[in-house]
Amino acid sequence: MTTLTPILSATWDDPRSWTLETYERAGGYAALKKALGMSKEDLVQLTKDSGLRGRGGAGFPTGMKWGFLPPPDGGPRYLVVNADESEPGTCKDIPLMMANPQVLIEGVAITSFAIGCDHAFIYLRGEVVHVYRRLLRAVEEAYAAGHLGKDIHGSGFNLDVTVHAGAGAYICGEETALLDSLEGRRGQPRLKPPFPAVAGLYARPTVVNNVESIASVPSIVSGGADWFGGMGTEKSKGYGIFSLSGHVTRPGQYEAPLGITLRELLDMAGGIRNGHELKFWTPGGSSTPLFTQEHLDVPLDFESVGAAGSMLGTRALQIFDETTCVVRAVDRWTDFYKHESCGKCTPCREGTWWLKQIMGRLEHGQGTEEDLDKLLDICDNVLGRAFCALGDGATSPITSSIKYFRDEYVAHLTQGGCPFDRDAATVFATNQKVNA
Amino acid sequence: MENYGEQTASGYFRVAQESKEPYAPEVEAQFQADAEQIIARYPQKRSALLPMLHLVQSVDGYVTGRGIALCAELLELTEAEVSGVATFYTQYKRHPNGDYTVGVCTNTLCAVMGGDKIWDTVSERLGIGHDETTEDGKITLERVECNAACDFAPVVMANWEFFDNQTPESTLQMVEDLRAGKDVRPTRGPDKVATFKETSRVLAGFLDGHADEGVGAGPASLEGLKLAKERGWTAPAMGGTSDVQPEGSGAPAGAGAGQPGEEHSSTDTPANAPGEKPGTDASDSTQQPATPGEKGN
Repeated sequence: MTTLTPILSATWDDPRSWTLETYERAGGYAALKKALGMSKEDLVQLTKDSGLRGRGGAGFPTGMKWGFLPPPDGGPRYLVVNADESEPGTCKDIPLMMANPQVLIEGVAITSFAIGCDHAFIYLRGEVVHVYRRLLRAVEEAYAAGHLGKDIHGSGFNLDVTVHAGAGAYICGEETALLDSLEGRRGQPRLKPPFPAVAGLYARPTVVNNVESIASVPSIVSGGADWFGGMGTEKSKGYGIFSLSGHVTRPGQYEAPLGITLRELLDMAGGIRNGHELKFWTPGGSSTPLFTQEHLDVPLDFESVGAAGSMLGTRALQIFDETTCVVRAVDRWTDFYKHESCGKCTPCREGTWWLKQIMGRLEHGQGTEEDLDKLLDICDNVLGRAFCALGDGATSPITSSIKYFRDEYVAHLTQGGCPFDRDAATVFATNQKVNA
Repeated sequence: MENYGEQTASGYFRVAQESKEPYAPEVEAQFQADAEQIIARYPQKRSALLPMLHLVQSVDGYVTGRGIALCAELLELTEAEVSGVATFYTQYKRHPNGDYTVGVCTNTLCAVMGGDKIWDTVSERLGIGHDETTEDGKITLERVECNAACDFAPVVMANWEFFDNQTPESTLQMVEDLRAGKDVRPTRGPDKVATFKETSRVLAGFLDGHADEGVGAGPASLEGLKLAKERGWTAPAMGGTSDVQPEGSGAPAGAGAGQPGEEHSSTDTPANAPGEKPGTDASDSTQQPATPGEKGN
């Protein structure tokens, strides 16, 4: 049986968990002091050896990403933390930064030292103002304690950290769109190559990492590569935050080794809400193809989820029971992708618009069965042809829902409307929330 | 309500002449002083544009023509460049906003859990739709996308503070209290919701002294930790290994890139081994399309 491993979340229940005092009382910033006594090469190698892979969804090996930076040429190199958490269902980085911003700041300091960066940025989505306050305050406290600034702990290492608030745009979670946005432009993706490692922020070598990836670094420095790799699976090492939401008895954040299953997590969360059963779920946000009951025992690691036809993504487990209309769910996600398409490339800009037209009429029972083939045809023309992964993501819920629930689409047509009672799906229908 | 602009039937927006009236000298001087602080945070000053547009909203309550002109002047951009950015992001308002933006999450998960019902109820009660403002200028209603609090669904935001586990009744009460000028407390946030202008100033990067208010984590965020404590589950002990070695690589410590035949022999920077690629060893699934809310990892 897999058990939970609270590491990043271990102090979240402290009454003042976000303060430097709480963080240092729990051993915070010991890892930074240790790292400053190591060589940069050893730090990068340690991160490679740990097997840490990007926690923002793509799963790219973090240490290898750092190793892609070209040799120093005397000019600046940047670390940019992607804190634009916006993928529907994803809700791990925001509570992490609200409850324990210092672990991220310490990770930023260690990573910046390892890659030779003296100015790091945290790009936070703008729609979470209290998290912005907490990060700004955390940086202020870290400067005052000498964890940031000039000659940090007598090491000769200097680091400034700027926390930057976005202004509302899902696409800015795409790393090159994020960089354009951070440069004061419309957030639209850039052509790759060149990759950010070569020409990123201000066309300088840049590492872009997710919040949880960077926040995991202090524990790797303290515990070592073997300690980290002792959790998880052979190729998906370590721990991660699993976010359960929707029709479960106790939705919330569950920090566990990669490779845990939804069955195990549901058991911890009190199961599907009383009197109902699992219908479909996303393993890692709305851009990852849907799973059903038959996938309850798929180990939630990068390889196993991929082999089962989806993606681990951000471990955003959105759980829907049998009261939920899958067509309505997918229609709403499609609305989202259409709204958030940046407009740069034709397949995504036009494709998401047409997908929405067709999904909308299907949900209202006004389409035809041929529309299903048309949807799949449009998806086929968007997937792999869009400029960035937003377009790919838009097709995932559609193609997977048709694969598993074609009959439900057809039922909308034969009944001339949605056969589901929307009220039955709400939390107030049963009024039995345990932690309300 | 102030007549700063109008939205035409086609959705095309015209900025009214009023929004282009020059700032009072003391207002402009303060703006310039604030803008200097913002610009100083960045190696290149154009990066200051997003926070400066938040700053414009903190002064004018929306992105005015005069605000665009001032940003353009201070950052040496054209007004078209600034407008292009202001129209891209949903938090920038191109017409006067209410004192409080109330955003009901109607993305799939919240919608299913009750967000649609909350939206219908509040919209009907206020008599306004998406991105519309009540006659008294107090409330601007919005449908918002996923705000990263799905375990607290259904979620409503008021000036981008969290109101978790909402019902139609609780949101109606919150809106009525805001209209009545009462202090309203978010579930995870400061002691009271600030006004749109005050919130915009924080988003420009100026702390307002409320960071230490409110909880560290809401109940849902703590479910896993609570269970772990109940059952005595912990992460493996760190085992006191004080020496972290670059084991297994064969690379001599401190030898930089270190690999024989390295391309950058004069560097002290770590580099990947020649031909080192994801997929050769550590992973084989990174060729999948990544999901965009999360790329760059």
